[in-house]
This record gives sequence, structure tokens and C-alpha cells, in this order.
Amino acid sequence: MASAAETDFKTRLQHWIPKLVLSPSLVMVLVFVYGFILFTVFVSFTDSRILPFVDKDGQRTFDLIGLSNYEKLFRLSHWEIALTNMAVFAGLYIVVCTIIGLTLAILLDQKIRGEGFLRPLYLYPMALSFIVTGTAWKWFLDPGIGLENIVQTWGLTSFEFDWIKDRDFAIYTVVLAAVWQTSGFVMAMFLAGLRGIDNEILKAAQMDGASNWNLYRRIIIPQLRPAFLSAFVILAHLAIKTFDLVIAMTGGGPGRATELPATFMYSYTFSRNQMGIGASSAVIMLMTIAAIMIPYLYAELKEKK
Amino acid sequence: MGFLDINNVTKSYGTVEVLHRVNIAVEEGEFLVLVGPSGCGKSTLLNMIAGLEEITSGDIRIKDSVMNGVHPSNRNIAMVFQSYALYPNMTVGQNITFGLEMHGVPKPEREKAMADVARLLQIEQLLDRKPGQLSGGQRQRVAMGRALVRNPDVFLFDEPLSNLDAKLRVDMRTEIKKLHQKLGTTIVYVTHDQIEAMTLSTRIAVMNGGYVQQLGTPKEIYDTPANLFVATFMGSPSMNLINVTVQVDGNSVYAKTQNDQGKDLRLALYEPSEALKAFDGKDVILGVRSEALTDVEGADQRSSHVEVIRNTVTVTEPAGSDTFVATTVGGAECVARMRADTDVSPGQQAEFAFNMEKAVVFDPETENRIQ
Amino acid sequence: MAIASSDTAIRTGRFTRTLIYVVLILFVLFYMLPLYVMLVNSVKPLGEITGGGMMSLPTAFTLEPWAKAWSTAQIGVEPTGLQPYFWNSISMVVPAVVISTTLGALNGYILTKWRFRGDTILFGLMLFSCFIPFQIVLIPMAAILGKLGLSGSTAGLVLVHVVYGVGFSTLYFRNYYAAFPTELVRAAQIDGAGFFQIFWRILLPSSGPIIVVCVIWQFTNIWNDFLFGASFASGDGAPMTVALNNLVQSSTGVKEYNVHFAGAILAAMPTLLVYIVAGRYFVRGLMAGSVKG
Repeated sequence: MASAAETDFKTRLQHWIPKLVLSPSLVMVLVFVYGFILFTVFVSFTDSRILPFVDKDGQRTFDLIGLSNYEKLFRLSHWEIALTNMAVFAGLYIVVCTIIGLTLAILLDQKIRGEGFLRPLYLYPMALSFIVTGTAWKWFLDPGIGLENIVQTWGLTSFEFDWIKDRDFAIYTVVLAAVWQTSGFVMAMFLAGLRGIDNEILKAAQMDGASNWNLYRRIIIPQLRPAFLSAFVILAHLAIKTFDLVIAMTGGGPGRATELPATFMYSYTFSRNQMGIGASSAVIMLMTIAAIMIPYLYAELKEKK
Repeated sequence: MGFLDINNVTKSYGTVEVLHRVNIAVEEGEFLVLVGPSGCGKSTLLNMIAGLEEITSGDIRIKDSVMNGVHPSNRNIAMVFQSYALYPNMTVGQNITFGLEMHGVPKPEREKAMADVARLLQIEQLLDRKPGQLSGGQRQRVAMGRALVRNPDVFLFDEPLSNLDAKLRVDMRTEIKKLHQKLGTTIVYVTHDQIEAMTLSTRIAVMNGGYVQQLGTPKEIYDTPANLFVATFMGSPSMNLINVTVQVDGNSVYAKTQNDQGKDLRLALYEPSEALKAFDGKDVILGVRSEALTDVEGADQRSSHVEVIRNTVTVTEPAGSDTFVATTVGGAECVARMRADTDVSPGQQAEFAFNMEKAVVFDPETENRIQ
Repeated sequence: MAIASSDTAIRTGRFTRTLIYVVLILFVLFYMLPLYVMLVNSVKPLGEITGGGMMSLPTAFTLEPWAKAWSTAQIGVEPTGLQPYFWNSISMVVPAVVISTTLGALNGYILTKWRFRGDTILFGLMLFSCFIPFQIVLIPMAAILGKLGLSGSTAGLVLVHVVYGVGFSTLYFRNYYAAFPTELVRAAQIDGAGFFQIFWRILLPSSGPIIVVCVIWQFTNIWNDFLFGASFASGDGAPMTVALNNLVQSSTGVKEYNVHFAGAILAAMPTLLVYIVAGRYFVRGLMAGSVKG
């Protein structure tokens, strides 16, 4: 080992500078992400209702109550609705986005004239805020002035479309807007996957007499596995984080019909002053996302080495 | 004590030792080539000389001062990289003078040094271009210019020709050699190409598995390889290796084997050593380079020991200047180098002349040459 | 024929091709629909919308809704329009983007060119921070911002966006610099350049595309953020998205849909402009942030 005494100043400096420069970001992430996660986990074990945690006289405003927030949480019908909605929303959102994305990608991959013109039109919703998207869809689907009203003025007076006001169907309108926003992005992911396939393999398959249908079913789509995986992971994590769209479109209503875990957490923490319960719901959300993201990121980082 | 000393240098990554106690002393003005297959540790050794990788133990000295822990820029070395590593955003001129600028050399001096180097390498007309606008050969020159301008004690080359096409590679090889002869600089050069090693070097270190297998002049390495690895790695086609049995008969020593008809062959070994005689009755490996296995007319006229056998031709490969003829001796495939107009064809019997002066013998157990 | 189709293995008949174009154009209509609705209805009087004319072009063209949304609409308690909130967003986005991109560039440089033991784990920690549901940090963040006296301030939001944006910007630069030849860095080291000189003179001049990608991504994300804005800056300091939501959700008075649509376009305008000007980089950023982390 080259002893420190022999190492010259410049070498030692160059050894430390990178670590020094990296440290602010590192501290930020460790404190504001991982520290805060631990903090929220801690809050979820307390009966805190509102900030601050210490009152004017320096007294603690909370007690440790173990897991009872979680017990309470899973007994709340409100949370049960949020979870059920999440399952419906995420399931439909992921499946429909994948189908539309894959279809568009395959169609666009047929040497389409004007592909460069079409692609940005499919993708621009990703650049918009969910609040903007939500506003547009909210009024377009509004039975008073939107689609129902429009079709009726066209002469179909019996036409009815009031899903956004209907407890049983409102969640599907949120799915519609969310699909509108992200399916173009999924298309781009699949298109990149398609463009990455070796054309010679396709030629070989054609020499073997494969029809277009078989070519896609047997050769191309199986090779898109990584794109499917990425799409699933991204969509799943977006679904769990969905918040703004619901706030803008339905505000969680009618009633609680479009309540999702993200909106549940927000309202319990900030409007209902049930911070302990809000924290425990956030922990559940984090664990769900972690279960999806960590294996994926681990595999991706490992592969890179 | 040499100009560049590598003393007992080892390198480990964690618990894995990738270089084992390397000792090489390079004299001033020498052209040392480190050659070996990929993963043999040659690039690691070069990077340690450059200061780009830490030395685990041992030391490296340049002009007798220890370089361990000294920043690369303070070792007075220059390096030419495999990819040339030209800064893409700078012009050729800026590329060449960047090092001087970093060392605080004033602009007029930099300009003069650049002009000198550009003239030497004939790249004056390229100075204002960006690397992306240059051909492979031109980039190579600029990379050398960047190294030369520093006027370093030691030049390090890391496979500098491997990105060039075959013809350019040969041209640039000649050019590097000329430059070395002209400037008399000390060079350490890494390559996996044994022909480059042979043509350029004053000395070669053949490396494998983190060990220096042999250190010597190109002639020593080629004619008297230290072991089977060096024998097969250096030279193309690689050395013919035939299993034989040693037979001592008075003062003479014979290598016994069979031709492809099952007939016994007895080849007299040239100037057998005492060590070899001790192998009486044992199996050894006879090594014969293809140019020492020829047609009778093509055999070296100055050799005093030529043994001729008859054997079946299996394949012929005309290469223009020579014709390579394959045959099977002692169960091993051998390649003979015959004159271009040799009239042999597969399946035919032909005469093969062994130049026994050039034959070497290896111990199959240790794989070392029996001296 | 062999030549005509030499670069693609897939051949389709004329009928199939027509069908493909029809489907593709139907999807164009689907994606353009909300934008069309927003645009046409933002330039017509309210009566035309409530009268069932949402899909038709305006008969009486007016810019009144735009003017109202920008400067006089009732947001919260004051009739200020979206204007002050627009500037809130700008003064939040610009520093947040600059800081997070700078940090990301340095981090990416270190994590690829000055590697050390455990650097992959550190990067993994940063990377995962991009994907957490931000609900998990809302409570402690609110507490800390309160302690620092930054609640409701633009500075507080800048801090929040830098903290949660640095993971992505690091990801971009790390992936970009991973493909940057390490030999160049080594050559510069031998030439005597130090840590910052190598970054400034060698890497940065070649980083144009990834800087654009990163800036666009951060800009879009931070501009479009609603959760942090709503949680930490709901009053006068609120960003544009929060103000727009307040405008649309306000339950007092007549619902002025035309003003809502004009406001929505105003909120969408900056990111939409960026998308139109540099869409290629935006897509690259999206892809880099998803496929191959």
C-alpha cells in the first residue's frame, strides 16, 4: 500500500473533492427522503392529529400508540373504498394504456408516412399538468354542458352520459383522462423497443414463412419483454401516485366514489386533522411502490455493471 | 537500476490479486512492449506506471524517484490511448497544448512547442480542425503530438493501433518505430498483437495470468521461448508442438515419435543439454516453428542439422509468399512453411525437412523449456 | 420489389394500410379533443357553451375570458386573476431547475468518473427517491418548513423541488456520462487537469443535449407539480397549478367555463411551448427516466 506520507497533495485533494462535492446531495437525500420516511413511519405509530408536535409550553402533543393507527385504517370504510378504487383504477389504467400504447406503436412502425407529425400529437399530453387535463375532461364530461348536452343538441335527445356524476361510474372517467394523458408515452416506450429489434431476425422469420400475425405474436412481441416490464413499473407507480387528476376532475366524489389512497392521505392529514392515520396510509403507499420499484431498480443497476 | 524500475509490483482488487510481483527494469531509450492476451494484466501495469491506478504493493520509480502516490501529471509521463482520447470540443491545436496550459506554460511557449510537434508529425494543416473531422490515422498522429509536446521522460502507449484498419496499422507501426529511432525516447507499449510486439520493441515482456512469463529481446522470445505459453502466443502460425520421447544414445539425444503411417521416427536433437539427457525415456514436447519445418529445397542451407521425413499432406494453404502445408506428426497437427511454388497436394506423400538447430524442447509437467 | 422493401421485413396490403391510417387518425382526434375543447371554448362567450355549443367554433369571437383569467378572475378571496400566481411559478421554477440540474451534473460526473466503493448503492438510494409517493414526506416536510420559517414561501418550494428533483437529474447525467469515454478523463488527468477543470473543460462542453433534456424534464415536472404547491403554499404564494384548481373549483357565483378553459391554457402554455420547441428532448428525457434506469 502506498502510504499516505508518500501520496502528494494533488492526488490526495483529487481523492477527496469528488466526495465533498457529492455530499450535499447525499445529505439532502438521506435527510429529506430517508430521514423523512422514518419520521413518517414514526408519526404513524403516534396519535398525532395536527402539527406541531410540540406545543407552546414544550409539551409533547402526541403519544405512542403502536400499530393501532393501522388497525383503525383498515377498519375505515373510507380507506377500503380508496383501496378498491385503486385496484379498479390501476388495473384498467395499466391494461388500457398498454393495449393502446402497443397498438399505436405497432401501427406507427409500419413505415407510416407522417410518423414524425403523428408521434408528437400522441405524446403532448405528457407535457401537461394533471390539473389542466382534469379541468378539460371535467367540463367535457359534465352532463350539463359537455358530451351529453352536445349529443342531445345534435338531435339524439335520449342520449345520456353522466358517468362523472355517477357514483358507480365516476372512477372510469378518471381512468379515461389518465389513459389519455399517458398512453402516448407508453407508445413511445414500445416504439423504442420495436425499433431496437434486429431486422435480420424478422427477415429470417419471413424466409421461414411466418405471416405478419405470427411474426408479431411469435417473434416481435416476445422480444418486447423489457418494454412491457418498464411500462408496467412506470404505470403502476404513476397509478399509486395519482392525486392531482382526481382533485381536479372530481375532488374524490361524487361522495367518495373516486377517492384514492393519495387523496385519502391528503385529506386525513391536512383537512381532517388525523395525522397519525394519514401517516400510516402514506406508509402503506410507500410499501406498495417499494415492492414494485426496488426489484426493478435493483435488476437495472445490477445489469449495468 | 534502470531508468524506469518496476520493483515487486502487485495489484489486487479486494482479495483478488491480478498482478503478481512484477519486476522489470527499463533502460533509457528502450522500447519495451508488454504483450499478452486480454486480461493478462498488461493494461493494469501500464495504468499503474501512469498513476491512473493505485499500486497495491511494491514500487515504481522513474529516474530513481518513487512514483507511488504521485499524481499522473507530476510523473513527467505522457500516454497515447487506444481510443486516442482526443478532447472532442477542442481543436487539434488546443488538444496538443492542453497539458502545457494546465501546467501553466505561457502562451508563446505553448505555441512554439505546438508548432515544433506539428512539423515533426506533419499535422500543421490540421491544427484548427476538431477531432471529429479527422481520419483515424490523423487522430493517431494528434494523439502522439499531444504526448510528444510534453517532452516526457517516459511515453506510454495503450494499444494505440488497434482501432486502425490493417493497412494503416502497418504504416503507423513503421512511423512509431521511426519516431523512436529519431527521438530516442523511452517507451512502454501495450499490445495484444504479437507482430507489433516483435517489430517495434527492443525488449518484450510476455504476460499471462498476471505473471511476466518471459522478458527478453524479440529474438530471444521468438527463438527460445521460456515456456509453452510464450511459444504458442508469439509467432504466427503458432509453434508446432509434437509429443516425443527422449532417447539418449551415447553423446546423441533423439526425439522419438511416429509419422502418420505409424512408422517410427527418430530426430536427432541439436546440441543437447545435460538437463535434456536427464529426460531419457520420458515424454517431452518438441517445438518446431513452421519456418523450421519446410520442403527439402527450402530448408535453411546454413543449418547443420536437417532431418527429412516423408509424410502425408492433409491441407495446403497458399499464402502468396509461402505455402503453408499441414501434416500430422506424432498425432499432432503440424504446419510447414514451404516455398510458394511447392508442388504438393492433399493426400499426397511429401518430404518435410526439420531444421533441428531451431527446435526446442519443453517439459510437459512444468511447461517450461528444457534448457 | 426486393429493393423497395429491403429495409423492412413487414409488408402490408393496400387495404390494411388504409385501415392503419384510419385508426391512427382516429387516435389523433382522441388526443386533440381536450385541447380543441379548451381552445375553442376559451374564446367564446359563456352563453355559447351553456347553450350546448361546446364542440362548435365560436360564433362571437372574444378574448374576454383570457383577459379575465389572467387579471381579474376571483382566486381565493382576491380578484387578481392568475397573473401573480404565474410569476410565483416562474420564480419557483427557475432557481429550482438551475440548482437541481447543476447538482445532477456534478453527481453524474462523480458517480461515473470518480467511482468509489459503494457508489452504486448511493446512486440506488438517489434513484429510488425519484419514485417514492411524496405523501410519505409531506408531514415532516411541513414541520421542517415551519421550523425554517419557509412555509408558504417560494424559497420553501424551491428547496422541496431541488430535494426531490436531484434524483432524476443525477440519473440523466449519470447515464449520459457513463457513455462518455473514461479515457478522456484519464488523458486530462495526465495533462494535469483537476476535478473541476476536467468537468468544466472536457465534459461540460459535450453535455449540451443532456442539459437540455434535464432542464426540460425538471421544468415540466416542477411547473406541473400540484401536491407540494397545495401542501406548502396554498395562499398568495401558491403556484399556477394550485391557483388554477382554486379558480375551477370555486363554488361561488356562476361557473365561467370559458374563463376556466382560458386559465387552463395559460397554465399549460409554458410546458406546451417547451414541448413544441424541443419535443425531441422531452421524449428523450421521458425515455431515459423510464427504460433503462
